[in-house]
Amino acid sequence: MSFLMSSASAPRTEKVPATAPVFELIEVEKVFQVRPPNSGLSRKTVGLRALDGVRLRVDTGTSIALVGESGSGKSTLLRVLLGLDAPTGGRALYHGAPIREARAKGRDFARDVAMVYQDARGSLDPRMTVEALIAEPLRHFNIVQKDQIKARVAELLDRVGLPTDAGRRYAAGLSGGQVRRVAIARALASEPSVLVADEAVSGLDVSTQAQLLTLLRGLQRDMNLTLVFITHDLGVASYLCDEIAIMYLGRIVETGPTDVVLNAPAHPYSAALRAAAPRFFEPMPEPLSGEIPSPLDLPPGCRFSTRCPAAQPDCGERDPQLGRFGAHRAVACLHPLTNPQA
Amino acid sequence: MAMTETDTLLTVSDLTLYRGSAKILDHVNLSLARGETLALVGESGAGKSTIAMALMQLLDGARIEGRADLAGAGDLFSLSSRQMVRLRGKRLSMIFQDAGAALNPAYTVGRQLITTLRRNLGLTRPEAYRRAVDLFAQVGINDAEARLSAFPHQLSGGMQQRVMVAIALACNPDLLLADEPTSALDVTIQAQIIRLILSLTRERGASCIFVLHDLALASQSCDRIVVLYAGQVVESGPVAEVLNNHRHPYTRQLKSCVVEIGRADLVAPEGTVPPHDQMPKGCRFSTRCPRALARCSDDAPPPMPANPDRGGPHDHVFACWNPE
Ligand SMILES: Nc1ncnc2c1ncn2[C@@H]1O[C@H](COP(=O)(O)OP(=O)(O)OP(=O)(O)O)[C@@H](O)[C@H]1O
Ligand SMILES: Nc1ncnc2c1ncn2[C@@H]1O[C@H](COP(=O)(O)OP(=O)(O)OP(=O)(O)O)[C@@H](O)[C@H]1O
Ligand code: SF4
Ligand code: SF4
Ligand SMILES: [Mg+2]
Ligand SMILES: [Mg+2]
Repeated sequence: MSFLMSSASAPRTEKVPATAPVFELIEVEKVFQVRPPNSGLSRKTVGLRALDGVRLRVDTGTSIALVGESGSGKSTLLRVLLGLDAPTGGRALYHGAPIREARAKGRDFARDVAMVYQDARGSLDPRMTVEALIAEPLRHFNIVQKDQIKARVAELLDRVGLPTDAGRRYAAGLSGGQVRRVAIARALASEPSVLVADEAVSGLDVSTQAQLLTLLRGLQRDMNLTLVFITHDLGVASYLCDEIAIMYLGRIVETGPTDVVLNAPAHPYSAALRAAAPRFFEPMPEPLSGEIPSPLDLPPGCRFSTRCPAAQPDCGERDPQLGRFGAHRAVACLHPLTNPQA
Repeated sequence: MAMTETDTLLTVSDLTLYRGSAKILDHVNLSLARGETLALVGESGAGKSTIAMALMQLLDGARIEGRADLAGAGDLFSLSSRQMVRLRGKRLSMIFQDAGAALNPAYTVGRQLITTLRRNLGLTRPEAYRRAVDLFAQVGINDAEARLSAFPHQLSGGMQQRVMVAIALACNPDLLLADEPTSALDVTIQAQIIRLILSLTRERGASCIFVLHDLALASQSCDRIVVLYAGQVVESGPVAEVLNNHRHPYTRQLKSCVVEIGRADLVAPEGTVPPHDQMPKGCRFSTRCPRALARCSDDAPPPMPANPDRGGPHDHVFACWNPE
């Protein structure tokens, strides 16, 4: 069980200087060509800016949560990090090299960066046993000798808290929580240093969720994993992730240490998210008014200005960019709510 | 709060439900006063949706024992399906987790709402249309006339759920069942929808049963709470009483799993709910309970009052041989 408990046996990280960020996004833009609604039979397309000037740095060994309203671009950002989507503008780097190049170059990227999908069941072949599902990446990446595969599968099952006999079952015979564990075991099989997860614990009941959260946190610590975690649950973000990036309409509007940002949000949208999170016996907060604007029809100036309780006249004119806010934070707002001491 | 005969809206007594040989619900008791909101909580598979669907009489292939008395309608379980059709929508209605799946993708949302209004209230088309515009405005849909002609897929998840709320409340039911109405939505939209449901049911003096996963949300939105484990009610009562002074070990476990912001010390519970063919005869939590006694696995604990002097089935009750 050695490799699962420490990163000592991970030789691939040696060629990388420890200081280089795992991922760095510089002014990343992703435009999808879509047909506008009510365009009838016209074939004309318009650009939908799913990511718009995204700046993000993910250092080795950190855990970062991506949060934000549905449609804010979280999954698109993840697809860019995984090299599945090429940005249409800006630069997306993995250890200093463009992600798409790193991905095209060989198996190292695929081996090093593992993904757990939101729809864990859909991502697993229903005709394969759990053992075969986990053995597949072991073989594909030549992780262990052939005669060691069975033993390694058993280790992985144990590590994610599944009984050994689960190996003989099919995904259809497993509960929602068990299926997520299989997906995590499969992701860990290639001995990645980065784990990327899209809503990996949402839709589960609280007991199963608690089991998976403690598992993920243990894995992150024991294996020194870098974790990029999409969630819309701020409690989950605060438990699992050192850093948080809050997205609104294709842009990161605030980043920083999770506890600092959630204790004293600087961006009014972060504050609204914070206020909307359920809290024991607190009166239900006044919700944010209005709807998220269409990404095809952004308001002028700040994109949050149509709903922002703190908006000033200049907010409709100037589009705030994500800028330094104290030592460890960044915010995209003309009138931040707190002072940049932290 | 002592309940008199007249302000009780719903009383479920000893509801036991089988699917084949599996006992999905085991002697479930609950009661609800007019104007109250009640939260049903518990781990996946506990039977929360089954209770709601049984009350709506929308379950196939289930055998039901026990009663569910709705004021003025008698026992729902002994009504004919024709009588039930007449009650649905008018006396009780339901909202589902996945509004997108509950709406018919082939028809505009306006047509679906207007059909409900005409069928249940016998309105003419223009009357129903005016009522529909009105309802859309009430559920906070701007630009109601234009939105009525939208198909479900043209609306966001939050908008779809507003449409479901409008349809469910169209005929002023006095009981609304909302099965995880917001778990597919993000927190800002969740707050909007829950507040909307609360204010509209309050305005109408209606009662509401929420199926929820989130205890903190239950504490904010409900008067009473029923904690279920594997088809048994383990604890119920006023929400503050149950959550602050819980007696049942499972309620503690459920509380300990809530990941509040800033929390660093999560301890996950061990194990899982046993499969139906391995369910203990007595307390179903006994396979995982840290306080289990020898008798627990064979002997089902009855509901006991937490405050015997105050008493009353509507007050705080729990079912445990070795309470905290
Ligand atoms: N392949 C695509 N083609 C066209 N538009 C797309 C595509 N993928 C995403 N979009 C659009 O880009 C925006 C961002 O979508 P994305 O899925 O990244 O959001 P998200 O934050 O992950 O939302 P959710 O919380 O609902 O998963 C949305 O407006 C979406 O409709
Ligand atoms: N159509 C069905 N056929 C057979 N068993 C079923 C069916 N629907 C539900 N069950 C079983 O009934 C039990 C209760 O299920 P139910 O859906 O009511 O749980 P729940 O508390 O709503 O869970 P969740 O939080 O996952 O929605 C479970 O053991 C489930 O497997
Ligand atoms: S720039 Fe103005 S509108 Fe935008 S978030 Fe800041 S205060 Fe609100
Ligand atoms: S009855 Fe026994 S097993 Fe059940 S919760 Fe109480 S102590 Fe635990
Ligand atoms: Mg997404
Ligand atoms: Mg359910």
